[in-house]
Amino acid sequence: MKLRKFLRTDTLLPYWLLLPTLAYLLLFFLFPLVSAIGLSFRTPEGRFTTEYFLRMLNDRLFLPALRYTFFLALTVVPLQVITALAISLLVNTRFVGSRFFLYLCVLPLGISDLAAGLIWLSIFTRHGYLNSILYSLGLIERPLVFLSAENPGWVFMSIVIAEHWRATAIVLVILVAGLQMISRDYLEAAEVLGARPWQKFLYVTLPLLKPSLQSALIIRTIFAFQVFAVVEALGGHMVPVLASAAYEWYAFYFQRHVAAAYAVIIMAGSVLMTLILFRFLRMRREMIRT
Amino acid sequence: MSFRRLRRQTLIYLAAITVGVWVLVPIVFIALAAFTPRRELLSWPRPIIPSHFSLETIQFFLKATGVLPSLLNSVWVALMTVAITLVVGAPAGYAVARFFFRGREAFRLGILMTRMFPVPLLAIPLAVTFIRWGLYDSLVGVAFVHAAMGLPFAVIITSGIFIGVPKELEEAAMTLGCSRLGAFIRVALPLALPGLAAAAMFAFVLSWNEVFASVILTLHNRTLPAQILAGLRGAPLDFRFVGGFFMAMPALLFMFFIRKYLFQMWGGVAER
Repeated sequence: MKLRKFLRTDTLLPYWLLLPTLAYLLLFFLFPLVSAIGLSFRTPEGRFTTEYFLRMLNDRLFLPALRYTFFLALTVVPLQVITALAISLLVNTRFVGSRFFLYLCVLPLGISDLAAGLIWLSIFTRHGYLNSILYSLGLIERPLVFLSAENPGWVFMSIVIAEHWRATAIVLVILVAGLQMISRDYLEAAEVLGARPWQKFLYVTLPLLKPSLQSALIIRTIFAFQVFAVVEALGGHMVPVLASAAYEWYAFYFQRHVAAAYAVIIMAGSVLMTLILFRFLRMRREMIRT
Repeated sequence: MSFRRLRRQTLIYLAAITVGVWVLVPIVFIALAAFTPRRELLSWPRPIIPSHFSLETIQFFLKATGVLPSLLNSVWVALMTVAITLVVGAPAGYAVARFFFRGREAFRLGILMTRMFPVPLLAIPLAVTFIRWGLYDSLVGVAFVHAAMGLPFAVIITSGIFIGVPKELEEAAMTLGCSRLGAFIRVALPLALPGLAAAAMFAFVLSWNEVFASVILTLHNRTLPAQILAGLRGAPLDFRFVGGFFMAMPALLFMFFIRKYLFQMWGGVAER
C-alpha cells in the first residue's frame, strides 16, 4: 500500500530534487557561455563588432599558441592512451599486489597541474635533478639547458613529459573500469576457440573496450585544449598556449574582450576536436563491420 | 610450462616496477627538494640526498609575503566548495539513483556535457559579472565557480553511492511508519555517509588544485595556487619547488581516502 503511494505521489519529487542543480548549472555554465560570446562580439555600448576577434587574430601570440596547443594535444593524448592501455592490461593480469600498483599509478590524479609543473621544474632546471644525475653518472660536464627560449623543442618535450606524468592516470582509471566490465566469459570462449593472447586482445578486449577508450580520448582531448598551469610553470613565455594567452590578455593587458575571444576559441577548438573524434571513431566502426 | 609462467611473472613485475618508479620518483624528488637547505638546492651539482634535512626552505616559503593568508584562503574556499556541491548536488544524485522520471537521461547527458566546458570560458565572463555583483576578489565568488566545476562530479558520485544503498531498506522503513524524509535521514543517509565523505574530499581536492579560475577571479584574496602562479615569473626557484610540494602533499593524502570511489565515478564498476 505504502509502496504504491510512494511511487505515485512522488512523481514531482525528483524534479524538485534536481531543481537546485539545474538552476546552479544554468547560472554557472549557460550564462557564462552566452556572456563570453557577448563579450567577444559586442562593444560595451552593445554594438556588434569583430574588433576583438581581429585583435586576437593579429596578436603575435595567437598563431604560435594555436599551433602549440594543437601539437601538445596531438602528442600527449595518443601517448597517454597507449601508456594507459598498457598499464591497464598489466593491472588486469591481477598479479599479486596489482591493487596497490593501481593505487600508485593513479596518485598523480590528485596532483594539480601547477604542482605537477613545478615538480618537473625541479627536475628540468639547469641545476635540477636530471642534470645532477647525468653529472654524477659522468655523462655530462656542465649542466644542459632544457628550459630556455633558444630551445623551444626541449621546453615542449618537458611539457609533454610533465603532462604525460600528470594526466595519464585519468585515462587509466577509465580504462581499468572498462576492462573490469568485460566479462571473463568472452575471453574464455575465445581461448576455447584457440585464440592466441594477441588475438584475444585484438578481437575481444579491444572492441569491447572501445566505449571506454572513446570517452577517455574525448575527455583528455578536451582537457588538453585548456592546458595552462603546466605550461606556465615550465615554459612561461617560451611556449605560448591558448589558455595562457587568454590569461595574459586578461591579467596583464586588462583586455577582457580579447581574453573572452580566446576563451571562445578554446571552446570552439575542443568542440571541433570532439566532433572529429566522434566522426573518426564511427567511421572506424563501420570499416570493421564491412 | 612453469618456466614460461615464471618468465611471464618476472616480466609483469619488471613492468610494474618500472611504471611505479616513473610515477613515484618525481614525487620523491620534490619532497627531497623541500627539505634541502636553500644553498644546496641552488648549487651545482645539486645533491640528490641533501647533506642534512632542514626546514629552512619550507620556512622561507611560508614566510614569503602572502603565502600564509593564501593557504588559509585555499582551505576556506575548498570548504565552501564542499558545502555548496554537496547541498546542491546530493539531492540530484539521489533523484537520479532512486527515480525513473522523464528527462532522466537528458539530465545525465547534460551533466556529462558540462564536464567538457573549458574553464577559461567559465572564469573570464564570470569575472566581469562578479565585478557587477560585488563578488570579484572574494573567496565566496571563487568557491561558487569551483562548486560549479565540482557539481557534475558530485551528482555522478552521489548517485553512484545512493544506488549502492538498497531501495528496499528505505521502503521497509516507510512501511514501518517512517515518512519519506524520515526514511532517508534514518536509513539511507547513514549508509551513504562514507561515500558522501569521499564526494566531499573529491570536491575539496578539486578546489584546492584549481588555479585558472582562482587567478582570474581574485586580485588580493588569492588562493595558494593563484598566489604561486601570479608570482611565478619573479619567484626564486626554491620558492616554486616548495610551492609545488605544498600543493601536492594534501592531494596525495586525499587520494588515499577516495581511491575506492575513483572507479565508480568514471562510470565503471565499484569494488569487486
